[in-house]
Amino acid sequence: MSVPVWSPAIEFMEREALERLQLAKLRETVAWALKTPFYQSRLHEIGLKHPEDIGSLRDLRKLPYTTKDDLRRAYPRGLLALDLERAIRLHTSSGTTGMPTVIYHSRHDIDHWTELVARCIVATGATAHDVFQNMTSYGLFTGGLGLHYGAERVGMLVIPASSGNTNRQLQLMRHFQTTVVHATPSYLLHLQASLAGEGIDRGQLALRKAFIGAEPHSEQTRRKIEELLEIDAYNSYGLSEMNGPGVAFECVYKTGLHLWEDAFILEVIDPRTLQALPEGETGEIVMTTLQRQATPLLRYRTRDLSHLISGNCPCGRTHRRLARIKGRSDDMLIINGVNVFPSQIEDVLMKTPEVGTNYLIQLDKRGSLDRLVVKAEIRAKLFTGDPDTLDDLRERIGELLRSVILVKPVVELHEPGSLPVSEGKAKRVVDLRPAF
Amino acid sequence: MAEQVSVFIENKPGRLNAITALLRERGIDIRAMTIADHRDYGVVKLLVSDPHAARSVLTDHGFAAALKPILATAIEDQPGGLHGLLEILAENQINVLDAYGFVVEPRHWAVWCMEVADPVETARLVTAQGFRVLDDSDLYRV
Repeated sequence: MSVPVWSPAIEFMEREALERLQLAKLRETVAWALKTPFYQSRLHEIGLKHPEDIGSLRDLRKLPYTTKDDLRRAYPRGLLALDLERAIRLHTSSGTTGMPTVIYHSRHDIDHWTELVARCIVATGATAHDVFQNMTSYGLFTGGLGLHYGAERVGMLVIPASSGNTNRQLQLMRHFQTTVVHATPSYLLHLQASLAGEGIDRGQLALRKAFIGAEPHSEQTRRKIEELLEIDAYNSYGLSEMNGPGVAFECVYKTGLHLWEDAFILEVIDPRTLQALPEGETGEIVMTTLQRQATPLLRYRTRDLSHLISGNCPCGRTHRRLARIKGRSDDMLIINGVNVFPSQIEDVLMKTPEVGTNYLIQLDKRGSLDRLVVKAEIRAKLFTGDPDTLDDLRERIGELLRSVILVKPVVELHEPGSLPVSEGKAKRVVDLRPAF
Repeated sequence: MAEQVSVFIENKPGRLNAITALLRERGIDIRAMTIADHRDYGVVKLLVSDPHAARSVLTDHGFAAALKPILATAIEDQPGGLHGLLEILAENQINVLDAYGFVVEPRHWAVWCMEVADPVETARLVTAQGFRVLDDSDLYRV
């Protein structure tokens, strides 16, 4: 397999050269950071006044972490490193708590972000010949504009369809013979389930690739998407604090997500002790921007959990690979004292062919104990009509879940299409336990 | 051999009604119906005038529905009518998994439906003893 590549000089750069580049860019970033009111006080506190005080990449560990709360407190101007007239765009994120955060971009920032996204797109084998339908929301959400700019730079024919309106999405896909789409995994499953209802045969579509992201998902979910839609699906990782999409992406080999280390310094830490973890261990992803002028971020705690994959990818890229995101350090559920990630539950359900693609995790109290209820839809095609097989199925799912998460759940089976479907980021967890 | 439509439903108000509404729309007649209740869900078993049409309309509307062969046997609607049939099963060590019946002409004849492990072999046995096993077209006419 020949390896498609956008920026060979950077993507295949020797590690040593890459680390030299990181150090130079880290100093530039610290210089930018020292121009923001927020970092000025933070860095002065630890006695760092000049970028040259960073002697090596190891000195990064002396810098304080930056958290989402810091971003909220610095809103709206505390992290702005240049004059507003030099900023050409901002993206805000409201978050679930309602307190907004903002990231500003200079012309250079947007240009570099676009380059990163172009690299990701080309790494999957997509080219200027492709017709690209962008099914994520445009506007403040970074997924829409981020992929849009990158795809245009590659030279794809871009259809800025934005999210939702399944009927129109399918119409566009047919009329313009869309070959590549970008969507959340739950939306792609929803789209696939809608094909029959809209009277569309898979043969009428030219779809061959999908970029999936914005939602943690399991390998089983990816395979389900690939099998049901008969396409290749590539995992995309990004977060608005690190521009958005274009942080890490799978190449044609699909063996983990290459994280662009000329643009970000990656650390994996234990979220409780805040100590660096040995390579390969799962922990919280911490990132430092290296190429952003308007809003530099030092050691930003993403709250996303993952680990580094050791060894080289057959594609030859020297940038290290992240494993798919396992969940967020803040969406971990504590059930009767046991740590459970929703992704573990999803994994089990997606491995069970008799259940469909929608599910709901509900937590409530029975007396003083937490109760975990897992609601799954049965898949119409595999229904035999025999009630005993349903009881077996329920028991099997319960046993499998108990062996994986160490909590015995109540498994409920539901009719196909009866659980709520979200067209954006799916809300799969409902916590009804009273707050203390 | 007759076929029964089995439909998965959640045990909550309005679900059974959703099934009968679809059958009414399609002009499908219900001959008999039972529900295997498993607490929070159940399986509705329907004997209808056109099982294939019933299954399509249900699956098109998102229901999980399956067709299953069912041994529908004509019996006399009089004391001992059912017993004669069940005796054959007992003699041949055949277990009845689920069963229901309905009267076609009072005091004249009725239909007894059974789920058994091997419906084809059981049909052969009861036919040999003079019972009439009904197929879908027979049920369509009753």
